[in-house]
Amino acid sequence: MDLWMLLKAFLVGGLICAVGQVLIDYTKLTPARILVSFVVLGVILGGLGLYQPLIDFAGAGATVPLTGFGATLAKGVAEAVKEDGLFGAFTGGLGATAAGITVAIVAALLAGLFCKSAEKG
Amino acid sequence: MTKQEYAQWTQEESPRSKGPVNIFKAFLSGGVVCTIGQLLLSLYERLGAGENAAIFASLSLVVLSAVLTGLNVYDNIAKHAGAGTLVPITGFANSMVSAAMEFKTEGYILGLGAKMFSIAGPVIVYGVSASVIYGIILYFIQ
Repeated sequence: MDLWMLLKAFLVGGLICAVGQVLIDYTKLTPARILVSFVVLGVILGGLGLYQPLIDFAGAGATVPLTGFGATLAKGVAEAVKEDGLFGAFTGGLGATAAGITVAIVAALLAGLFCKSAEKG
Repeated sequence: MTKQEYAQWTQEESPRSKGPVNIFKAFLSGGVVCTIGQLLLSLYERLGAGENAAIFASLSLVVLSAVLTGLNVYDNIAKHAGAGTLVPITGFANSMVSAAMEFKTEGYILGLGAKMFSIAGPVIVYGVSASVIYGIILYFIQ
């Protein structure tokens, strides 16, 4: 096991989350706005080619935070545009993230059907 | 009491804990989530997943998050971890699963089916739209 890689994932992933916490505590941004900002930021950084180096450096530390989701959207679009031209701009994003979104939808449906929210008191 | 006074009063009565401790907790918990992700990624790489290893790791975290949310464990962790459990992909999954569980009392279509997207929806809307803009720009500058 590559301990250095684990440490880098821990540090970079932790730092990205710490930025999120600073935004929660010191701005009026709601969690939903923060998540949206992180994804859009990920698309921009991914599009500019700045996010891939971070993924190469920190692995899951960069792919697991939602900025990584945004970077995946951008990467999917870039590959699809290369292959299909303008059409790819409309297929690449959801194509590259389809598995994640689908698994989350199915998991939410199953949990919604079979699990109960804890009583809030 | 006017609305403004009330807002001020509630803010004084319930000061949200802020400061370095909160930020450190988010750093620590977010770091742990990503480290688990990295462990999974290495595992899948070793199993021969190649380029898909990172995606498989994220998918596993989504499932793990859904299970922990279903067992009412994730929200208890999130109370302490703050952004550490919000910003990773596990937080995205948690927002969908917990809303699905909470709002099924409002029905399976407009409750469970619709409300699971109350946070995930905007993320997808703006993420995908940003990627479309990027794709169009990319097409014309290439």
